[in-house]
Amino acid sequence: MKNKNTQVPPAEVKRRSMFGEAMRRLLQNHMAMGGLIILVAVILLCLLAGVICPEGYDAQNIAERFIKPCVRYPLGTDPLGRSLLARVLYGGRISLLIGFVATIIAAFGGISLGAIAAYYGGIVDDVIMRVLDIFSAIPSLLMAIVITASMGSGLFNCMLAVGISSVPNFARMVRGPILSIMDQEFIEAARLIDATDRRIILKHVIPNVLSPIIVQMTMNLASSILLAASLSFLGLGVQAPMPEWGALLSEARQYIAQYPYLVTIPGLAIASVVLSTNLFGDGLRDSLDPRLKN
Amino acid sequence: MLKYIGKRILWMIPVLIGVTLLLFLMQSITPGDPADLALGENATAAQKTEWRERYGLEDPILVQYGKYMWNIISKVDFGNSYKTGKPVTRQILQRWPTTFLLAFLTTIVSALIGVTLGIFSALYRGKWFDNVARFFGMLGISMPNFWFALLLIQLFALRLKVLPVSGWYGPKYWILPSLTLGILGSASLLRITRSAMLDNIQADYVRTARAKGQRESKVTLHHILKNAMIPITTNIGFQFSMGLAGTMVLEQIFAISGLGNLMVTAINNRDYPQLRGSVILVAATICVVNLLVDILYALFDPRVKARYKNS
Repeated sequence: MKNKNTQVPPAEVKRRSMFGEAMRRLLQNHMAMGGLIILVAVILLCLLAGVICPEGYDAQNIAERFIKPCVRYPLGTDPLGRSLLARVLYGGRISLLIGFVATIIAAFGGISLGAIAAYYGGIVDDVIMRVLDIFSAIPSLLMAIVITASMGSGLFNCMLAVGISSVPNFARMVRGPILSIMDQEFIEAARLIDATDRRIILKHVIPNVLSPIIVQMTMNLASSILLAASLSFLGLGVQAPMPEWGALLSEARQYIAQYPYLVTIPGLAIASVVLSTNLFGDGLRDSLDPRLKN
Repeated sequence: MLKYIGKRILWMIPVLIGVTLLLFLMQSITPGDPADLALGENATAAQKTEWRERYGLEDPILVQYGKYMWNIISKVDFGNSYKTGKPVTRQILQRWPTTFLLAFLTTIVSALIGVTLGIFSALYRGKWFDNVARFFGMLGISMPNFWFALLLIQLFALRLKVLPVSGWYGPKYWILPSLTLGILGSASLLRITRSAMLDNIQADYVRTARAKGQRESKVTLHHILKNAMIPITTNIGFQFSMGLAGTMVLEQIFAISGLGNLMVTAINNRDYPQLRGSVILVAATICVVNLLVDILYALFDPRVKARYKNS
């Protein structure tokens, strides 16, 4: 007779960490992966600009201006005979650089402010939130415009302006999750053993809000690229002859009737990079917190 | 309720003071001397000092700020242009309605398209409509508004020739600019509406309403949507300020004589009083609109209304 007490050993269950689970969900999200692939491809292409277009972004050839896309000039030429492909690739370097640096600036400033506000609470929180409210009364583009108007245009000021105008968003976004973990016991425990505030914030608080931070940084990359392009379109960001996608669009505006490809191509570049970054960011958010998935 | 409104208006004041102070202090980080830019390189030191005194720039910065604010509050005087020397107030106030109208139309278009599509997207979740709508949502928040404007101009004004290319002389001229920003803005609203509706769609009270025999349309609109309105209303308010920001760029493309155009000209001329005055007006408009949005919450959520009454 079979022994009724025989226990069947459980099937081998693959142990996965929460992070591993999140990665698995992300990898299965086709839209997000597509976005990531496109973003990486664009970054690679722009880094290889020197190889693909060794003539540089400023090689003028007036005899060959306004040539539509063909084999010799894959994206055509601009009003000064410069290869549009070269302008777009080198311009991509600048646009992406501004996006990344501005995001780092915004993350640094925003996380510091948000963490300090949420950690100390009380009057510190009130004051910081009021200051953020003041910054929020001015839309980001306007804020960036005012900053570049004050400090002057140029690559570095553009990065600074775009970064600073994104700080309030970051700070607000970080403050929420931090407020909710402030009540937890491990924070109280750390305080009880006399850990310094700085140690608690850096070693305990921030690692626990890393997921929303990463998601916000990705979304911020997308919006920074858009903001930088808008600034350059208005003539306030990067200055000629430095190519930047927004600046390319600004130059092309007057030729929209006769040479629409000059307008379509840089805009397509901006839209595809921002779209893929947004898709990836959305996928990241969905995978890191399935409760938010709708 | 009126007490709450009064409190909110009072609270707007420190924010506006902060904004004006911030804009004023920005001037002090500017490299270079406005006198140099206005008078040119050949001006003597005495001429520059005289110019600075005329504009009150020799005073300490906080005194300048005090005088500036006093002029605004008592006489609605935003100072004189560095370039022309004439008061900037009239031009700023003249152009404000144009920009406000454009932002307002944009918000209406975004709200109509975005909320409607969002509702249907939530109702038909997972079906093809939802997938298309969600993609449109992502596309809309990723496209630069100036590029979209140029594309629409190409299509409607240059190829089909049904709409004017630029200008602001009548309702026909309003269509393209407000459509541009409106369609892009609706993408964000679509996402928020869909998300807010989905949060409520599984709720027990929805099942109860249906069990009681309520019409499906009433369940959707009166029950689900009404409960979803708070995040939606917040976003509509946000769309208005995005619309105002968007007009900065669009006024350049469509050659509209609004505040945005004025600001860009002011920046190119290093004319800070004009820039400051315009930005202050824009910030004040946004504050007022946010206040209206807050009041609208009370309309939609009786719990909020009660909280306002008790505060």
